[in-house]
Amino acid sequence: MDFQVVILAGGFSSNLVPLVSKEVPKALLPVANRPVLSYVLDLLESSNLKDLIVVVEGEDAALKVGGWISSACVDRLHVEVAAVPENVGTAGAIRAIAHHLTAKDILILSGDIVSDISPGSVAATHRRHDAAVTAMLCAEPVSGPSESGGAGGKDKTKKPACYDIIGLDSSKQFLLYIATGAEIKKDTRVKKSILCAAGKMEIRSDLMDSHIYAFKRSVLQEVLDQKPTFRSLKQDVLPYLVRTQLRSDAFSDEKTVEENGNGKNNIQNNEVVLSQILSNASLPSFHEVYESGLNSRKTHKCCVYIADGSKYCVRLNSIQAFMDVNRDVIGDANHLSGYSFSAHHNIVHPSAELGSKTTVGPHCMLGEGSQVGDKCSVKRSVIGRHCRIGSNVKIVNSVVMDHATIGDGCSIQGSVICSNAQLQERVTLRDCQVEAGYVVCAGSEHKGETFARK
Amino acid sequence: MESRRNPRAVVDPKVRQVGFFTSSQPDSTQQQQPDPIASVSSPPVSTISPSGNSLSPVMIPPPRHNSSDTFPLRGAAAAAASAVSPSSFSYSSRRDFPDGSMTASPGRVSRGSFVKSYVPVASSLPGVGIDSMAAAKSSSVPATGLTTVSVVNMPPGLSEEVQSDQKNNSKSLKEKTTKAERRALQEAQRAAKAAAKAEGGGKVPPVTLGSVAGTSVKAAKTAKPTSQKNDVVVAAGPSEKKGGPSEKDRKKDAPHPRMQYDDESRVVKAKRRAVVKQTEAKNRVELFRHLPQYEHGTQLPDLETKFFQLDPMHPAVYKVGLQYLSGDIAGGNARCIAMLQAFQEVVKDYSTPPEKTLNRDMTAKISSYVSFLIECRPLSVSMGNAIRFVKNRIAKLPITLSESEAKAALQSDIETFINEKIIVADNVIVKHAVTKIRDGDVLLTYGSPTAVEMVLLRAHELRKKFRVLVVDSRPKLEGQLLLRRLIKRGINCTYTHINAISYIMHEVTKVFLGASSVLSNGTVYSRVGTACVAMVANAFRVPVLVCCEAYKFHERVQLDSICSNELGDPNAISKVRGREDINYLDGLTNNTNLQFLNLMYDATPSDYISMIITDYGMVPPTSVPVIVREYQKEHVLV
Repeated sequence: MDFQVVILAGGFSSNLVPLVSKEVPKALLPVANRPVLSYVLDLLESSNLKDLIVVVEGEDAALKVGGWISSACVDRLHVEVAAVPENVGTAGAIRAIAHHLTAKDILILSGDIVSDISPGSVAATHRRHDAAVTAMLCAEPVSGPSESGGAGGKDKTKKPACYDIIGLDSSKQFLLYIATGAEIKKDTRVKKSILCAAGKMEIRSDLMDSHIYAFKRSVLQEVLDQKPTFRSLKQDVLPYLVRTQLRSDAFSDEKTVEENGNGKNNIQNNEVVLSQILSNASLPSFHEVYESGLNSRKTHKCCVYIADGSKYCVRLNSIQAFMDVNRDVIGDANHLSGYSFSAHHNIVHPSAELGSKTTVGPHCMLGEGSQVGDKCSVKRSVIGRHCRIGSNVKIVNSVVMDHATIGDGCSIQGSVICSNAQLQERVTLRDCQVEAGYVVCAGSEHKGETFARK
Repeated sequence: MESRRNPRAVVDPKVRQVGFFTSSQPDSTQQQQPDPIASVSSPPVSTISPSGNSLSPVMIPPPRHNSSDTFPLRGAAAAAASAVSPSSFSYSSRRDFPDGSMTASPGRVSRGSFVKSYVPVASSLPGVGIDSMAAAKSSSVPATGLTTVSVVNMPPGLSEEVQSDQKNNSKSLKEKTTKAERRALQEAQRAAKAAAKAEGGGKVPPVTLGSVAGTSVKAAKTAKPTSQKNDVVVAAGPSEKKGGPSEKDRKKDAPHPRMQYDDESRVVKAKRRAVVKQTEAKNRVELFRHLPQYEHGTQLPDLETKFFQLDPMHPAVYKVGLQYLSGDIAGGNARCIAMLQAFQEVVKDYSTPPEKTLNRDMTAKISSYVSFLIECRPLSVSMGNAIRFVKNRIAKLPITLSESEAKAALQSDIETFINEKIIVADNVIVKHAVTKIRDGDVLLTYGSPTAVEMVLLRAHELRKKFRVLVVDSRPKLEGQLLLRRLIKRGINCTYTHINAISYIMHEVTKVFLGASSVLSNGTVYSRVGTACVAMVANAFRVPVLVCCEAYKFHERVQLDSICSNELGDPNAISKVRGREDINYLDGLTNNTNLQFLNLMYDATPSDYISMIITDYGMVPPTSVPVIVREYQKEHVLV
């Protein structure tokens, strides 16, 4: 279909600091005991996209990600990994691999998406409108711990409102305005010409840019070439394209090349007539109306694909999102996990050992070779492989990664315990994050803290 | 099923006979048009049909593209099952792409052997040309090499498995078709027996319409083996079990373009191989059950989701299909041009698979694309003619031509078709029609016909003084677009809806109409409402001129707009776009007592038409068969 797929798998995200580390880049963070990148790869594979380019920030991270992909996806996907320097931003990453992009259109996905929305829809919308860029929007995910999670989550729900402000035209097909919530302080500017041309603008704040874009390659490369200061696709390139959609002087379209190069009046005339017939036949978008109003102005279209509300799409870009995703993948959106659930709506690996009087509730996952002692209770939590959990332990709404050790009598709520971490006896944690390999002393009680070695 | 059909036949036997060719009722066809037309206009292909022994006067010739069935058949038998999966194309193309930058040996698996290939200096870029130069020049970020970490390994043994995995779809499709074929064969035999009994008995007088209608329908089913399915199965049933690429399977069983959608077994069959998800609308008007009608709004999202799964579909064709489905492209000329341009792309990107010949494989490809387009929206006559032309050209390509020559020839042929049959034709029509516009005229037009628009603009350029009445109708309101363009050029216009037609007809001096197609009995098949306008004009003794390119003429004969028509989105008429407050019919859409009917076309009898302006001059409707005949001849010869 003449699409190339680029996955921006990132590097070490500062938002996720105690969870990611040198050993675990963001792309390999486990979601229901699978690296988050695998969800994107599965999504693409199910859409029959098997030729992928994965861009990773930092060489070490690239090595790690590449190593994992080659072990997991061999014979299934054709994946190439490119390492880019750290902190070049998404636009910089694309710039670095620009010379590998040859197809007509480029599909760019963020590597931290957990979703079941087919990327084909975005691509199809893009093609249908012959757009310069198509972004996928989805409904704002429900965040915060699930309502039954107890009172523990109350202060957490006051998340910084980082929503996108999105302006759509009346047909909800074109993007007129986009801004990230974080950068809007007081007032915001909307292009008058765009507003005039479209006539009506619907401003929504309940939609989220899900970081799946389809770009026309020629346009993307021109923008990246002309604007070397652009660092981010979402914050620089996309708003720029939206802003300039009615005066896209930046893009020397193929049309002009043809017009200059062709001396034959007759053929040219015919082409004009053809394009006229074609454009007259369809309901003109506001771009065409505008174009016809002023002669020889070039426009390009910025389209959106708004995903169905029933679809699941979350980005793993904060610790809260990490918790949410883990909860949803074994809970509400369990079709994504690829595991088959038992009758009790949980997954307990056959090699896991449970002590007597231990209960594992619904929406739980217990990894391979993990041992749980007596009289424990596990609810809505993910426990990794080869964990050792003592007796009388209570784990609720938490994520415990591989090889963690939890002593007797611990109580863990809404926390993340990274791999190889150790909790000694009778530790009580609530809304904490424990870095990989950290040891929490016996008997301590903590709330809302982050444990990391300085 | 029978019970529903019978009363209809009783009510109006004529209707049935237009739609079907029945060999068992020679006398009932007397009331139809005299012989010459049919015998002249029936294409040579129809003689292949076994039913040709008793040519009925008004036989509807089978659509020409069925004739191509004979090719893929032999093709299927001859061709080995060398389905080159598109994905493997891309792998091989990728293989030569990285040159130096890809360190892992391309095409082989590099299990875990991850090789560092971070290229900080732009000078060691692979020679990708301008792109890489540009990237190196402008970016502050050093260009980066790619490292292949995972490759789909394709050793000869394994590749079969992978491919079969990829082609899972096609496989299941194939199994289904064989089942379908078996059933079709059985059905054919049974029906043939029934028909023989009916004829052999000879007892059935043509008057007892109920039973005759029953058998005639059945007979039509069997005696119409030209409608590809039955004889195909009989002829090639065993041989094509070997299995060719999925395209062929798709194509062979492609639904008849004018399939009767009230025949449940056929619908089920058609649905099974459909690419586009087709949920049948539940609440349909009884009289129009034979036409396809699907739940609108479900097809587009579903097709969009499958964007990357449809491997054999060419992107250009896919795009056009999407545009048809979403209504982005409408209008006979525009749809035809869009399709032809997509086919040009197809030809450009085509390369003959090994052990196949271009002529046959390309025809099969085009046919599979066409059946996809039909699923998106039923073909218009103009598109049908264009497809027939393209296939004809492919079939006539000399075998001695090399592939590149053949492709170039085809592309230029399509180009010529667009130029000569559409653009030049329109120019000629404009030249003719302009002579009919005098100063002080008040011209009425309906909808947004391209040819008429050109005529009006040209007349305005010639400084003729005239006024235009644009008549429009819901739900499409295409007239508004025309109005906008006319006003921009400074033409004096009046805009009204079709309800007011009798009122404004007083002042009109001439009516200019467009047409989707002109049939050989002079009937003009056009946007719904055209007939109404023409009749009112006739009543007021206003001349009606129809502008139509000759490539839209068809040898078919149609007396009404029931047997062949298209159904639009039924919700479009119950809702007003942009006005959510007008919702008087909300909540009634699922009421069984209410059926919405949104017809797209109607047929204007030739009595109401004064003149048809074509690229062959201005002719009365009775001369259409002549043009069809001449045109067909030229068609074959070009």
